[in-house]
Amino acid sequence: MTDLEFDPHRYEHALDQREDHAPGDEPEESAGHWVRNYVIGLGFAGALTIASFWAAATHLIWGPAVPVAIAVLAIAQMGVHLVFFLHITTGPDNTNNILALAFGTLVVFLILAGSIWIMNHLNGNMMPMDQMMQMQQ
Amino acid sequence: MTDVEFPVSVEALRRIREDPHRLGHRGHPVREVVAGAGHGLTGPASKRIIVGYGFWIFLLSDFVMFACFFATYAVLQGQTAGGPTARDVVDPTRVAVETTALLLSSFTCGLSFAATNARNKLWTQVFLGLTGLLGLIFVLLELQEFIELAQRGATPQRSAFLTAFFSLVGCHGLHVTLGGVWLATMMAQLQVKGFRREIMHRLVCFNLFWHALDIIWVALFSVVYLMGSLT
Repeated sequence: MTDLEFDPHRYEHALDQREDHAPGDEPEESAGHWVRNYVIGLGFAGALTIASFWAAATHLIWGPAVPVAIAVLAIAQMGVHLVFFLHITTGPDNTNNILALAFGTLVVFLILAGSIWIMNHLNGNMMPMDQMMQMQQ
Repeated sequence: MTDVEFPVSVEALRRIREDPHRLGHRGHPVREVVAGAGHGLTGPASKRIIVGYGFWIFLLSDFVMFACFFATYAVLQGQTAGGPTARDVVDPTRVAVETTALLLSSFTCGLSFAATNARNKLWTQVFLGLTGLLGLIFVLLELQEFIELAQRGATPQRSAFLTAFFSLVGCHGLHVTLGGVWLATMMAQLQVKGFRREIMHRLVCFNLFWHALDIIWVALFSVVYLMGSLT
């Protein structure tokens, strides 16, 4: 048996308070704790979903503010999913998970913001296509 | 020796030791060393942690891939070449039903994991089955949407916007479909092999995957469908 094969769970509880935890995992808890967690998550996520569909359909919100409202609600809902469904916490047993998530978020942000920013500038600075065709001739 | 005590500093030391990051909950009390807990001198973490964490890294790379599709979509959104715009392709009712199905499937998937942790095979299978059913509803609705769009001549070849739209939404749909296949194999494995250690690891990973799909769908319905219905 290699060191990697050694599994303390076979000798102790399924998961121990003292260990690190992978995302989606928690120390041993009663089923009620898990179910309560998911019900709270479903409640928050459902409310946020309804709110964003409402924001898209309503005329009560000032037009240009609607996309911002939808974006904010979407980010909030992703947070709810991370906390209540994926069990990402701020506890010391989750440090690795949080750090990986932070790096992933950074890369996602760079890709999105960078692409949109650069392509918008290119679009604004480029010669219209028909003029470009004339230049080439 | 004097009998002077330093209760404040002793208390502070204890707190630092039990809660090194001062986060106020679930510290690591200094008790006996646990092999396999992944703490410094105690050797590598147990396989359950390594497998779950590794899968988390994969999911984050999947998010990065989706970010590329989202960036493409955002850049090409306006390039409709005289064809259908985002507003024309959105059917709000269908999107609402799809969203409900996927959110509920994420919830039942979580309940199945609660049953897994309680080592209850029947309820695990019931909730996994429900998850698969809701996922199937989602995939079928999306397929219906794609077929209807194709019948109206809105195919990926029509414009840059539609290419980006079909790649982004289709990539997510493909993930859900493959997730459904994985779910079916997990149900079969669980039925035959029971709650063995490696089956537990796979169930942890599957749960992560399914919840991650729902996170991506949140971004998708917000950016593509809801914001698309505004313009």
